Amino acid sequence: MGKPSRTGPEGRGTRPAAHELARYEALFATRTKGMKSSAMREMMALTERPEVISLAGGLPDTSTFPAERFAKLMATVAAESTARALQYGPTEGMRVTVDSIVEVMAAEGTLVDPESVIVTTGGQQVIDLVCKTLIDPGDVIVAEAPTYPGAVPTFSAYQADVEQIDLDGEGMPIDELERTLDRLAAEGRRPKFIYTIPNFQNPAGVTMSLPRRKRLVEVARERELLVLEDNPYGLLRYDGEALPTLYSLDAESLGRAGAADLVIYLGTFSKILSPGLRMGWAVAPRPVLEKLNLGKQGSDLCSSPVTQMFVAAYFRERARDGRPAWEEYVESLRELYRRRRDVMLESLQEHFGDSARWTTPRGGLFVWATLDERIDTTDLLTLALESDGVAFVPGRAAYMDGRRGSSSMRLNFAGVPEQDIREGIRRIGRGVRDQLGLLGTLSGSPGVPSPAQEDRGEQRGRRGKGGGEQPQPLADVVKLPRREGSRGARRSNDR
Amino acid sequence: MSPRRRVAVLKGGRSLERSVSLRSGAQVQDALAGLGHEVIAIDVGETFVADLLEHGPEVAFVALHGREGEDGTVQGLLEAVSIPYTGSGQAACMRATDKLLAKLLMREAGIPTPPFHALREDSIKELGGAAAVERIQQDIGLPLVVKPAHGGSALGVKFARDAQELPKAMVGAFSYDRTILLERYVRGRDLAVSVLERPPGGGGTPLALPVVEAVPREEEFYDYESRYEIGMTTFVCPAELPGETTERAQELAVEVYELLGCHGLARVDLMLERDTETLWVLETNVVPGMTETSLLPQAADAAGIGFEELVERILASAWSR
Repeated sequence: MGKPSRTGPEGRGTRPAAHELARYEALFATRTKGMKSSAMREMMALTERPEVISLAGGLPDTSTFPAERFAKLMATVAAESTARALQYGPTEGMRVTVDSIVEVMAAEGTLVDPESVIVTTGGQQVIDLVCKTLIDPGDVIVAEAPTYPGAVPTFSAYQADVEQIDLDGEGMPIDELERTLDRLAAEGRRPKFIYTIPNFQNPAGVTMSLPRRKRLVEVARERELLVLEDNPYGLLRYDGEALPTLYSLDAESLGRAGAADLVIYLGTFSKILSPGLRMGWAVAPRPVLEKLNLGKQGSDLCSSPVTQMFVAAYFRERARDGRPAWEEYVESLRELYRRRRDVMLESLQEHFGDSARWTTPRGGLFVWATLDERIDTTDLLTLALESDGVAFVPGRAAYMDGRRGSSSMRLNFAGVPEQDIREGIRRIGRGVRDQLGLLGTLSGSPGVPSPAQEDRGEQRGRRGKGGGEQPQPLADVVKLPRREGSRGARRSNDR
Repeated sequence: MSPRRRVAVLKGGRSLERSVSLRSGAQVQDALAGLGHEVIAIDVGETFVADLLEHGPEVAFVALHGREGEDGTVQGLLEAVSIPYTGSGQAACMRATDKLLAKLLMREAGIPTPPFHALREDSIKELGGAAAVERIQQDIGLPLVVKPAHGGSALGVKFARDAQELPKAMVGAFSYDRTILLERYVRGRDLAVSVLERPPGGGGTPLALPVVEAVPREEEFYDYESRYEIGMTTFVCPAELPGETTERAQELAVEVYELLGCHGLARVDLMLERDTETLWVLETNVVPGMTETSLLPQAADAAGIGFEELVERILASAWSR
């Protein structure tokens, strides 16, 4: 081999050298700088190994959907509408699909005008399109803390400035929201919309109370702000009364059912039918809808007509008693997930006990657990993956800065069989106790329970069923990261 | 042009650096194919040895980072099945990957490395090791960097400004390893010197490539972890340094390379302390990243060695052990 030369042979197989990459760097849009990868996200790739019990996913359970039924639906689509299914469709979606959407929303007590609906490629596309439509770099989005981890990269990609409001057991505290809006106004910053998941919030599992829902709609009206209501799990309620959607409250307050003017509603078939269909929708005030439509044209012209016809065929099916068959399926999911939720709550009581706090969701897919503030769940995940083969989502993923929420974790119960939930929580609990024991030894704090002091059988007996089965009101149980409070608690422990 | 070879590119694996390794591997595969070699890609997992035996490559290109790929495990298996491989041998891998051992060796050899102590998790649990922490603190001084003794994931590297932060930092680092290092925090500039084996007949000592400096986008003293986050750091190569500092950094890198018995390639990370202008060696990576933006390819590029040539040179070193 001769002396190295700077110019290699041109043509196929020549690798771009590092200095050439700098050229691409100059071509990338500024917003790509916000699209950062992180060591933590890289690590999440490891949670998908088959031997790992993953409580990390956002998955519903698709294994209970009968294969014959799937085949029959596809056959119906083929027999009745091959040509249409294989063709482009309208950007706003096919009428038959919109009819299904109207039916699903009616089941949650929300009336909508079919003309206000746009069919999208998953609910995720709604978040993207709403940002595309409303957000200039530096515009403010007000979101919950913690918020949906999947919205974080979208908000970042549009260079939004996100203000997060700490949740409590009743969802987003509206007085806190108003204080934030006042402060933003004083700073001359421009909020565009408020992003909320009112039902069984992802990741916190909490539900916004009715008074807060009403007040949120009023605040939006007073300040002329839009609200993006993300409602993937509304029909997956396992106990308690269903609450009206923000969309329906907004429409009612205007005295015209079916037409809100400040709420953009996001729905999806992912949790009540299948995420593999990639089918969601938005219901929006007409001027916003038009812009969403234009945005969608640029993104993908239309959502897959094959899938849309599948959805329409599915919602036309009737059970033997004449009821819509889809309602039966959702009912079966509710039963399945309710049991799994209960198993997870029981397991948490048994294996986390006093060492953590967690939310008691009345629906949805997730429990949010918060540990001693000195345990970083990102580190704990490494340990859990490497030594215990179990995974969860570290709390930091639900915060825009990737730092807060470091002692919390999101646990999915819906997509995991009961025995895996028990075993997964047992393993995580063991890791937590181990770390607490080490912390106790290192800081010499007697207040921290250590594995040596804690006999599991004793703990089970002590707490009994009374404390575990029927949880305290959400507001008492949930304790989301509040720096001052927890630091104070730790100090008193140290003495 | 060198003869056409049947090369197995080993990538992926089960370490925390799996995804980086997949990218390194893909780059190496393309380069090898561009050079006219026959490429067999192997994602190292449960059937690794069977895959090797089935494909019977002439040589293995190790593009694995972290546990198993960098700590001598895979190298030992390759020796067991008599397949020549790129990079350092088993012993050097073990010496470099065990940061405690590497630092002890450097200290013995008089190579400057920041003052440190190591603690094992079981010594804390069973031998009352916690009582030593205060002494360690006094000896090394605050702030402290706490890191797992093995592995290169940035996540495990913790920073403790004061005594209160130390237990949390230590427990965090223990999540990645049973042994951790507590090391004096050196405030200054992050440098890396890659070292390459000379081509056969190209002279005795290994070649130190131009120095790369990693410059954090935000100068944030407290935020140690984010300095390692992708996108939070920009790289300057060659680093803007006085000639003698560059020379000294390169000398140190070669000394460490030889001390640990590295072969083929390695990347030595150093700190240039701000207040004293002292160079400190932190650690050595025996399988440095090979993605296009990784430090070794950047440094090679600055030395006029293109990516394909770099890959060819590394490949050739498999037979010069």
